[in-house]
Amino acid sequence: MDTILEIRHLKKYFDTKAGMLHAVDDISFRVARGQTLGVVGESGCGKSTLGRTIQHLLEPTEGEILFKGRDVTRLSKKECRDYMKEVQMIFQDPYSSLNPRMTVKQIILEPLLIDGEKRSAAEEKVRRMMETVGIDPRFENAYPNELDGGRRQRVGIARALILEPEFIICDEPVSALDVSIQAQILNLMMDLQEKLGLTYIFVTHDLSVVKHISNKIAVMYLGNLVEYAETEELFANPSHPYTQALLASVPTIDLKKAKQIQVIAGEISSPINPKPGCRFAPRCPHATERCFRVQPELHEINADHSVACHLLDKGQKGG
Amino acid sequence: MSKRKRQGSELTRFWNRYRRNRLAVFGLCFLTILIIAAALANVIAPEGYDVQNYKIKFTSPNLEHPLGTDYLGRDNLVRMIYGARISLSVGFVTTILGTAVAVFIGMFAGFYGGKTDNILMRIMDIFLSIPSILLSIVLASVFGGGIVSMVLALSLGSIPGVSRMVRAMVISERDKEYIEVARTSRASDLRIMFRYILPNISSSLIVLFTMGVAGGILNASTLSFLGLGAQAPMPEWGKMLSEGRSYIRDYPYLVLAPGMVIMLTVFSLNMIGDGLRDALDPRLKGR
Repeated sequence: MDTILEIRHLKKYFDTKAGMLHAVDDISFRVARGQTLGVVGESGCGKSTLGRTIQHLLEPTEGEILFKGRDVTRLSKKECRDYMKEVQMIFQDPYSSLNPRMTVKQIILEPLLIDGEKRSAAEEKVRRMMETVGIDPRFENAYPNELDGGRRQRVGIARALILEPEFIICDEPVSALDVSIQAQILNLMMDLQEKLGLTYIFVTHDLSVVKHISNKIAVMYLGNLVEYAETEELFANPSHPYTQALLASVPTIDLKKAKQIQVIAGEISSPINPKPGCRFAPRCPHATERCFRVQPELHEINADHSVACHLLDKGQKGG
Repeated sequence: MSKRKRQGSELTRFWNRYRRNRLAVFGLCFLTILIIAAALANVIAPEGYDVQNYKIKFTSPNLEHPLGTDYLGRDNLVRMIYGARISLSVGFVTTILGTAVAVFIGMFAGFYGGKTDNILMRIMDIFLSIPSILLSIVLASVFGGGIVSMVLALSLGSIPGVSRMVRAMVISERDKEYIEVARTSRASDLRIMFRYILPNISSSLIVLFTMGVAGGILNASTLSFLGLGAQAPMPEWGKMLSEGRSYIRDYPYLVLAPGMVIMLTVFSLNMIGDGLRDALDPRLKGR
């Protein structure tokens, strides 16, 4: 496996008035070149922070981010600029992520101009990129508010790809779009991945989307990685109680299979100064006394499946 | 070509929204007439504003002198027209200077926040605590009075308030997602400030600017009335007001003309500001 990005014990804490907010707490994983890692979790679990930390919009509190074997957290300013050229981000809301006072062309052109590219060459690149992502050239001088959501997100994708990055962090790129358009954008992203050899980290709360696009899935809960597995393996054999509940909550239209919806009791607890023990324990139907005391480590249950749960330590399935 | 067509329609749409506010249209007309008159003052009254004729002093308004003459027999209308030059340019220049500086201060304070913000805003607080008239007196004693020191004093006086407002606008814009996007494009801070944030607060700035000009004209009149700004024989509106004041019982038209014009100009500018705000507000665009 050709690893393009490896994260080791990454932590990102925010110092808030109420205390230390553990947004990302000791997360490690690897992403192989040309693959897609889906990061799933409910809102507030730190998945967006994780994306922003990898993109270097946020400085990590602790840990290493190895991109092509080099630790990104220890780069000089200049090297960091080069890194940010290779890693780009597609944002969630195409309504607020495009500068309302710039035209489509200016928005896509901007990264190239900042990079010091000549205007004529850059404009040619923009033209080709608009074709690649499927924006009609007649929208070149349109402002974002004149476009619909799907077209806007295409602009966002074009902007991210114009610097020819190898690695794209997608922060819920389709969750603000209509379902009919979601599929278009997802297909576009998968086509582009194949064509340009891109690697994706795909952050989302939508399990059906993540099943469609990912090779591997990382499930996050309150800043912790609770389960990490190949997509098929995870859907066939969800092992962490949280993942099980998450998968059970996906709506189904198959009446025969209609299972009893397993509701996760209680609310997500506060990420500020979290208590010791498993973060999910207060809501876990199988929690034991040990779960409240000791934080479970992520460990492999088979070659492509790791879980952080005490219930599986003893070789028994939780649920 | 398609760009020009689109911009044209954008302008038409803007004008249609602006037109809905009748008072704003009135304000625009009044100000346009005033500006044209001021610009063509040499053509309208080639003899100049300080021709004295003691034979006809204190003439009531008549056909030859529509606004009468003053205590030196100078034509009041001519003086009003030349006065428009001074009053309008003082209003615009002070506001341009003040706003330009205030945009920088407010931009840095709002964008960086924290210590930068604190230091800049405390300095502004100090300025805010000095009455602008007092500041003008000080500056007048340093620079020797006249228009220039008045302009300097007034623009200095306008900086704190405007920079506070700019700061607030910047703060509300700074955390929007498109700024974060700009960061992933590796845009520098200065680029983000002036290519991203500034265009996005420009509509509020335009409104602030028109209102600022109104305030500038009013303040200039006040200072000239007190004898700190324009010096005789310059026909500044506030100056004319203070000269006419002594004769207010017998020849009230001497005060009425400049007073009314000051009032109407300030009113017009405020109405234009209102109209612009409504027309530029994207929430009211109705798309």
